[in-house]
Amino acid sequence: MSGAWLQFIASGLTAGAIYALVALGFTIVFNASGAINFAQGEFVMIGGMSAATLVAAGVPLPLAILLAVATAIVVALVIERVAISPARHAGTVTLIIITIGVSLFLRGLAQLVWGKGVFRLPGFSGEEPIALFGATLLPQSLWVLGGAAVAVMALRFFYGRTLAGKAMLATSFNRLAAQLVGINTRAVLFASFGLAALLGAVGGVLIAPIAFTSYDAGIMLGLKGFAAAMLGGLGSFPGAVLGGLVLGLLEGLGAGFVSSAYKDAIAFVVILAVLFFMPGGFLGARSSDRV
Amino acid sequence: MPAAATASEVPAPARAWFARPRSGGTLLLAALVVLAPLALPNAYAYEIAIQIALNAVVCVGLNLLIGYAGQISLGHAGFFALGGYASAILASRYGVPVWLALPGACAGVGALAYVLGRPTLRLKGHPLAMATLGLGVIISITLTTEDKWTGGPDGMQVPPLVLFGLTVQGEHAWYWITGALLVGTVWLALNLIDSPNGRALRALHGSEVAAQTLGIDCARFKLQVFTLSAVLAALAGALTAHYAGFITPAKASFLHSVELVIMVVFGGMASVFGAVVGAAVMTLLPQVLTVLKDYEMMVFGAVLVATMVLFPQGLVPTVSRWWRGRPQ
Repeated sequence: MSGAWLQFIASGLTAGAIYALVALGFTIVFNASGAINFAQGEFVMIGGMSAATLVAAGVPLPLAILLAVATAIVVALVIERVAISPARHAGTVTLIIITIGVSLFLRGLAQLVWGKGVFRLPGFSGEEPIALFGATLLPQSLWVLGGAAVAVMALRFFYGRTLAGKAMLATSFNRLAAQLVGINTRAVLFASFGLAALLGAVGGVLIAPIAFTSYDAGIMLGLKGFAAAMLGGLGSFPGAVLGGLVLGLLEGLGAGFVSSAYKDAIAFVVILAVLFFMPGGFLGARSSDRV
Repeated sequence: MPAAATASEVPAPARAWFARPRSGGTLLLAALVVLAPLALPNAYAYEIAIQIALNAVVCVGLNLLIGYAGQISLGHAGFFALGGYASAILASRYGVPVWLALPGACAGVGALAYVLGRPTLRLKGHPLAMATLGLGVIISITLTTEDKWTGGPDGMQVPPLVLFGLTVQGEHAWYWITGALLVGTVWLALNLIDSPNGRALRALHGSEVAAQTLGIDCARFKLQVFTLSAVLAALAGALTAHYAGFITPAKASFLHSVELVIMVVFGGMASVFGAVVGAAVMTLLPQVLTVLKDYEMMVFGAVLVATMVLFPQGLVPTVSRWWRGRPQ
């Protein structure tokens, strides 16, 4: 029994770590623009697909990872310049529709470049499962958890200790005030897309050896990341991490003990229940109505 | 949501009756529906026209919720598909005559939307988007998994529509039924907007607190319009299923919900005719783009992005403002 518990918790946390990275991407762009970026899942897909292709072409793994993440960042920055920045004064709903258009475009592009096939990256340190207290873990799960933890630490350092990070944080608190003290808020929006793509692509590379990746892998990951960000409290960084882990655990335990067909439905039922009682999510700001 | 989007269609009292959207606009649409067959060359064109009409019915309802009341829904495909499945299951598994199963399905979906809408509509903004998205996903997963009832991912057969003892067959009959339904829905929506209820919706879109201080029961009006839009989605979903003779869980997918919202925003929020135009363009565009084969999705995304960047208010409000000689 305890082995089964451990098994489901481990697989839940592995998925949850990826959701947390995607949710952080949502949070970063939301804080800079006030909009949900529905193309966030595509950055994950681009990261995973690029890395898988490069490794298959004989590029060493570390270099392939770097190039894959760089590809996602460049794509995100171009998208920000061409599609998001010109419409930054439009309403939130319009911005959301634009990001949906971007995600369709990127998915179409990926289908053109990579076809509809399924891609897989080899595990970073072998495929031999590790037995642990009656549960079996893939070594890649440890890479996912460790990688996500490092990414979160790096993000904390960036926001807490560097001038650029503090400027981005200030913009998320109050854009006008940030502008008044000389912060270039347009550059913040630009950098936010790059940073969101970086986190997404890292997630995509880490999960590619466990979950196969294909041109449409971004849809579900994007949806889960958004759900995680909402569950934790939109706009809150610790909330995004917490939301991602809780969502992953819900799915892991739901799939293990209730029904694997209904695991997503179980997760969404819990999210709805949380939202009904805590509309701001676990750690979201208590919102007040504008008069 | 931008307050500016609501200001586009304030009716000017001095305009002649034929220049008012409620009378003139509905007549124009009716004339278009009556005259369009002259330009429809074959059954395939009729099929597209029927799809446009059915999508437009959903969008007019959804636009009342999104454009006028200012409440987003990313789950309306769930109600659309539930309407189709409920009508199909009632008719094929329980032997309920289709003319009874169809309104029964719509009423059932309406009741469900009323119950679900109560807690959901207390949320605003992004949490509301998340909650409606969640409802849609739960409906979609249930329809896919309960294959005893729904046939699972492969979908199920749907018996044809029978009205007054006659089986509705052929593109022409369906064209007139869906065309009449569209004109009726538009007329209903325009009347609703000009009614005290419609003004209440627009008021709570501006500010719920301000609307409440004027004695408007925001929760009740939001719930009403949510239920109405869900019933319209269910009606269109049921008709789509009976027309196609087949329904799959893809009709309930998140992507279909997003597609519906895209139609509304593309055509122009808070514009009934915008919803119709958005449904028409967004139904036609993929048909036109099929010639591009592998490039289809990419070009569709690019067109969507370009339109929204150039016309952030949507097509119809931008064009009508330009028509009145007041660019921006």
